[in-house]
Amino acid sequence: MEDILFYIFAAGTLLSAFLMVASRNPVNSAMFLIVSFVGIAALFVMLESYFLAVIQVLVYAGAVVVLFLFIIMLLDVEDSDKIRPKIFTIVAGGLAFALLAIGVLGLFASGAGGPEPELPMRTAASLSRNFGYQLFTKYMLPFQMIGFLLLAAMVGVIYISKKGPTASSDEPEKE
Amino acid sequence: MNYLPILIALLKAVIMISVVMGIAAYAVLAERKIAGWIQGRYGPNRTVLPFIGVIPILGNMLTRLGIFQPVADGLKFIFKEDPVPGHVNKFYYFLAPCVAFIPAMTTMVVLPFGEMDGVPLVLANIDIGMLFILAVSSLGVYGIILAGWSANSKYPFLGGIRASAQMISYELAMGLSILPAFLWANAPGSETGLSLFNVVQSQDQLWMVFWQPLSALIFLVALFAETNRLPFDMPEAETELVSGYHTEYGSMKFGLFFVGEYTHIVIGSGVLVVLYFGGWNFLPGIPFPWPAGWAGGLLSTLWFLLKVFSVVFFFMWIRWTLPRFRYDQVMRLGWAILLPLALANLVLNAILIALFENWLV
Repeated sequence: MEDILFYIFAAGTLLSAFLMVASRNPVNSAMFLIVSFVGIAALFVMLESYFLAVIQVLVYAGAVVVLFLFIIMLLDVEDSDKIRPKIFTIVAGGLAFALLAIGVLGLFASGAGGPEPELPMRTAASLSRNFGYQLFTKYMLPFQMIGFLLLAAMVGVIYISKKGPTASSDEPEKE
Repeated sequence: MNYLPILIALLKAVIMISVVMGIAAYAVLAERKIAGWIQGRYGPNRTVLPFIGVIPILGNMLTRLGIFQPVADGLKFIFKEDPVPGHVNKFYYFLAPCVAFIPAMTTMVVLPFGEMDGVPLVLANIDIGMLFILAVSSLGVYGIILAGWSANSKYPFLGGIRASAQMISYELAMGLSILPAFLWANAPGSETGLSLFNVVQSQDQLWMVFWQPLSALIFLVALFAETNRLPFDMPEAETELVSGYHTEYGSMKFGLFFVGEYTHIVIGSGVLVVLYFGGWNFLPGIPFPWPAGWAGGLLSTLWFLLKVFSVVFFFMWIRWTLPRFRYDQVMRLGWAILLPLALANLVLNAILIALFENWLV
């Protein structure tokens, strides 16, 4: 039962991720992205890490893609059908996929990276309390590094979007 | 494989959905009656059912109260012609009402509504109930965005854009306003976590609203904005946008948006009661006078429902009292007032808890 569900969700996640890249209409892409995120959340649920599953839906499906849709609608991309991907993009994408596939297959072939029989985090991550405790004690440094990285990204975005004092009139929330 | 637990769970879910749908339908009636009362009118008082209406005194009274009006409304939604404008994006046009309706109904899964012999009455008592509600209800905005976009006309589009901006803005303030309540509920050694049932248990003596009034206020304002109620009904402002994102919808597809909105209000009121108004605890200081067994479960559920109905009444009272904000005012309130206030409230409470634990205990 669990295996069948895993294959259904994994296939759905991969298929919608592929369709997200392949579809011409940006709104379709955003919708497939949501389906893919929800599929990943379902996989987290099957790993009994409910907290990660809910955060996945809350942050990615609930907030990030809403912003994507918002921007897509504001920009009103009409000629998206005519945009052809450049040959360089296709080659680079194929190369990256091939490298990743070789890496994953190599891991499985060597038997080193296979799933361990009983992961210690499996029970710990299921309770949000344990999750928070681990995050603020053992993994404090990576947590703060990621926070710093996000702050830097945010400052960068504000700097790029506000080129000069005159271009500040196009704030999205003012319509 | 034993199918009995699945069947029982299914039965419970169907019962809960029916009850919440019934409450949502009668919330519509309550809205119209309260609107009439506030504006010095009668409200709906003509709808008669064939056989019940002719009972001498009772039938007349029920008719005057408008008890049969939701039935008529529902039948009207179903039997009306279902127009599909020629210029819409068909797939998303049909998908949008479902996407608006399903998350509103899904959040009820983790909402506890009573207690029987120390066991919560809830469909699924998971330890991250609050996060589940936030996550699922944040998906509801897609229904509105897709409705606005797929209609391919200007007013719905503006409504959809407004809805997405508004919901993202107020989600932040809402999430931050909840945290102080959970910080206080998680006393050292307790196993509260983010479970809604345990939050109610922690309020057996003093309701959260009495020492967290600011959090409760921010949550309430954000709830108004998230449910698109007046004074925050920017996405469907009738006077500016005809009826916003559902301008192009008719019959039962509009009905789904409509019922979804009222379900959202009912569930949101339930969350407010659970977090800040003591859930099914009787009164501040009198925690749980309900007897053991079935009677206790029933009484605590009824008391919880009474509180929820009071909050729903408050929603309607506000709607027919306050005028609508201007759009830039909504955005300024969300980003420049509520969000800093919620952040400051969170930091202040964290400092207070740290002081309290280090020096006073």
